[in-house]
Amino acid sequence: MNVTSYVQDKHMTLVLSGEIDHHAARQVMAQITAKLDAYLPTELELDFGEVSFMDSSGIAVVIHTLRAMRELEGRLVLTNIPPQPLKVLQAAGIGRLTELTERSAV
Amino acid sequence: MNVENEVLLKFPSKSKNEGFARSAAAVFAAQLDPTMDELGDIKTAVSEAVTNCIVHAYPDSIGEITMKLRQLPDHVLEITVKDQGRGIEDVAKARQPLFTTGGEERSGMGFTIMESFMNELRVKSVPGRGTSVRMRKRIVSRGEALGHRAAD
Ligand SMILES: Nc1ncnc2c1ncn2[C@@H]1O[C@H](COP(=O)(O)OP(=O)(O)O)[C@@H](O)[C@H]1O
Ligand SMILES: [Mg+2]
Repeated sequence: MNVTSYVQDKHMTLVLSGEIDHHAARQVMAQITAKLDAYLPTELELDFGEVSFMDSSGIAVVIHTLRAMRELEGRLVLTNIPPQPLKVLQAAGIGRLTELTERSAV
Repeated sequence: MNVENEVLLKFPSKSKNEGFARSAAAVFAAQLDPTMDELGDIKTAVSEAVTNCIVHAYPDSIGEITMKLRQLPDHVLEITVKDQGRGIEDVAKARQPLFTTGGEERSGMGFTIMESFMNELRVKSVPGRGTSVRMRKRIVSRGEALGHRAAD
C-alpha cells in the first residue's frame, strides 16, 4: 500500500495504490492524516485508480477521512474507482455520503 | 453430498494472512472458471471472514484459523472459515448492517458484504468456544457468462 500526493493551492490529490485491507488500513489512515495535517486542504480527491483490492476496512478509512474533511470544512471526492472497490463502497452506501466516480474503461 | 474437490488450510491469526487467505481462495475458485466480478466477490467475502477472526475472535492473542474450500456439484463453491475464539453472543444482531464492537477502525459492514457478495451465508457461534462462517456461491462460468454454454 502506498500513498502519493499532489497539492495545488488547497486542492490535494492522494493517489492510493495496492490493497486496502485490515492489514494495511492503519498505515493508510496514518498517511492520509499526516497529509491532511500538513496541508489543511479544502478539497481532497482520493484517487483509487491503482487500488487492486479493498474490503470493509477501506470503508472505515473513507468514513474517517470524510469526518476529517468536515472538520476542515472541506470536501472529499473519490475518483477513478475500479469495479471491485466500487462494489464494496456501494454496498456500504458511501455514494450517499460523498461523490464517487468510476475508473473509465481502458 | 458429492464433493468434487476439497482443500483445508490452517494458519495463525496474523493480519498478513488476510491477503494469503483471499489469494488461496481465488486460486481454488479458478477451477470453476469464474468471471472477474465473481473472483472479486469471493476475495472480498473471504477477506471479511478472515479479518473477523483476527480482529474479533482473537483480539489480544494469536489463535488458529481454518479455511475449508470445497467444490460442490452444480458449480457451487463453498468456503468455511472457523476460529476457536471469543464467539458471538447474538448472531442476528451481529449480522445487521453497521453493527460493530470494533470501534473506529471497523465499519460494521463485514457480514452485510459476505451476505450480498455470496449466495448463502450461515453463521454458527458459541460464546467462549468459537465461530464458524460458511458461505456458498454458485459460479456462472466465464463461458456461460459469454453466452456459449459448454455442453456438460
Ligand atoms: N469470528 C468472530 N468472532 C467473534 N466476534 C465476531 C466474529 N465475526 C464477527 N464478530 C462480531 O460481529 C460484529 C460484526 O461483524 P462485521 O459485520 O464483520 O463488522 P466489523 O468487523 O466491521 O465489526 C463484530 O463487530 C463482532 O462483534
Ligand atoms: Mg468485519
